[in-house]
Amino acid sequence: MNIHPDLLHLLIGIGAILVLASVVGYVLQRRFSPDGANQSIENLNDRIRAWWVMAVLLALAFIGGRAGVILLFGFCSFAALREFLTLTNARRADHWSLVAAFFVVLPYQYYLVWIDWYGMYSIFVPVYVFLLLPIVSALRGETEGYLVRIAEVQWALMICIFCASFVPALLNLDIPGFEGRNVMLIAFLIVVVQLSDVLQYVWGKLLGKRKIAPRLSPSKTVEGFAGGVLSATLVGAGLWWMTPFTMLQAGMLAFIIAILGFFGGLVMSAIKRDRGVKDWGHVIAGHGGFIDRLDSVVFSAPIFFHLVRYFWSVDPPA
Amino acid sequence: MGDAQDGVNSLGGGRVVDKSLSTLARRTVARAFAVVITIFARFLTAVRGIWVGNEPSRKRRIYFANHASHGDFILIWIVLPPRLRRKTRPVAGSDYWLKSPLRSFIGRDVFNAVLIDRNKETRTDDPVATMQEALDRGASLIIFPEGTRNTTGEPLLPFKAGLYHLAQGRPHIELVPVWIENLNRVMPKGEFIPVPLMCSVTFGPSLQLADGEDRETFLARASTALLALKPKRNGSA
Repeated sequence: MNIHPDLLHLLIGIGAILVLASVVGYVLQRRFSPDGANQSIENLNDRIRAWWVMAVLLALAFIGGRAGVILLFGFCSFAALREFLTLTNARRADHWSLVAAFFVVLPYQYYLVWIDWYGMYSIFVPVYVFLLLPIVSALRGETEGYLVRIAEVQWALMICIFCASFVPALLNLDIPGFEGRNVMLIAFLIVVVQLSDVLQYVWGKLLGKRKIAPRLSPSKTVEGFAGGVLSATLVGAGLWWMTPFTMLQAGMLAFIIAILGFFGGLVMSAIKRDRGVKDWGHVIAGHGGFIDRLDSVVFSAPIFFHLVRYFWSVDPPA
Repeated sequence: MGDAQDGVNSLGGGRVVDKSLSTLARRTVARAFAVVITIFARFLTAVRGIWVGNEPSRKRRIYFANHASHGDFILIWIVLPPRLRRKTRPVAGSDYWLKSPLRSFIGRDVFNAVLIDRNKETRTDDPVATMQEALDRGASLIIFPEGTRNTTGEPLLPFKAGLYHLAQGRPHIELVPVWIENLNRVMPKGEFIPVPLMCSVTFGPSLQLADGEDRETFLARASTALLALKPKRNGSA
């Protein structure tokens, strides 16, 4: 077990931020909500507790190395897929498709990432599964809502398995001079995305006036969006030391990550509104479900992966 | 229950010790089974209990639920607070739960089920009397008034009269409607591999048999109270 000093510094930094957040949450609760009556403060403290759990899990996965990270995101994919498919029209005729999605597609995609077969894990879900799974559903002969059903399942697989698996796939990039430190790319992605979410929330609470998409997500405002994305860009630029990027490049990538994360949240909100639910699930107190926390990571991970792969990584011999 | 033959072949003073030892072993295995089943069910369904206009209570109660899967009572059992689980017994058909030694072990030892014979022609015990006896011994019951698993497209089948007779015989015991959502999609009838999907178990306000209320009115009222707990959702089939 070897922890890179950069990772150690980052973990200490995150730990310090969380300690500070917990102290603030505790003081706020003692001052303004001693009987647990203030909803926003209780929600804030729920969120901080959930952040602790997430930070500890991520730290353990990072220390556990490749296997730890792949297992953690494999489990996140599982939980997200469970939430997503619950809200779809899948019915008895799709039972075998769903069984295949959970017990074949999901483990195989992460296995492909584990063995670093780029040519396969980048097309397995969008090509093979896309074509093969509708056959399984068609064989049952139930045609009512067929196109809707297979489209929903494919969407669920793209979001919850394919896109999510590009987080651990960052470990596979071969960047000259950055060997053995790829886990820092994951840390960079997740820190920027999650801070962007938090900062959007904070800026929105402080200055938010004009709503961006009132029908989709009443809490998202222009001020929150601009403030969150810009401050996340600055934080990302400030984290250049743990990446293979220059400060300017780190800032630009952080900007792209934050923008994609924001719109990822918006798209997933549109799906929730369509299905008439407020949260994807109830597993994480204060945050809702796994997808509520993962949506922005899932949207930014594949594009971050491909940008870094295109501009920084060396192609393995053909 | 279930340990009548244990230690029968040993003789003399050792017999009592043997018997209590094997009872202990059986109980330990049953506990371990309960833990494994609980973890497995939570992994598949991430089940959550929701109390609407009701609270968990130590009082004896009759929980009546919709029935779509063999796992129904397991989900109710899991979301009850642990101190209530021990004294809450599912009522189940002996024709299914005594079919194999494993089922019988799960039904009787792990979940302490009250087994009733559903076959009107051949049965010797009156199911309502069996349930009342369990209530009188201090247990709460989980019953499925539809009488059988609902595999139709309808949300709820017409209730059998058993719920009415129970309410009539023990009028002071609260009847709690319990809606189990989604478990039928996790494990549709005829499939043997479950699909992980989120489930919820909603407990509604208690009801009781009103003075002079006839069977049809009461069963319709109970059925409406249960159906009112079904979550509403757009866009689902």
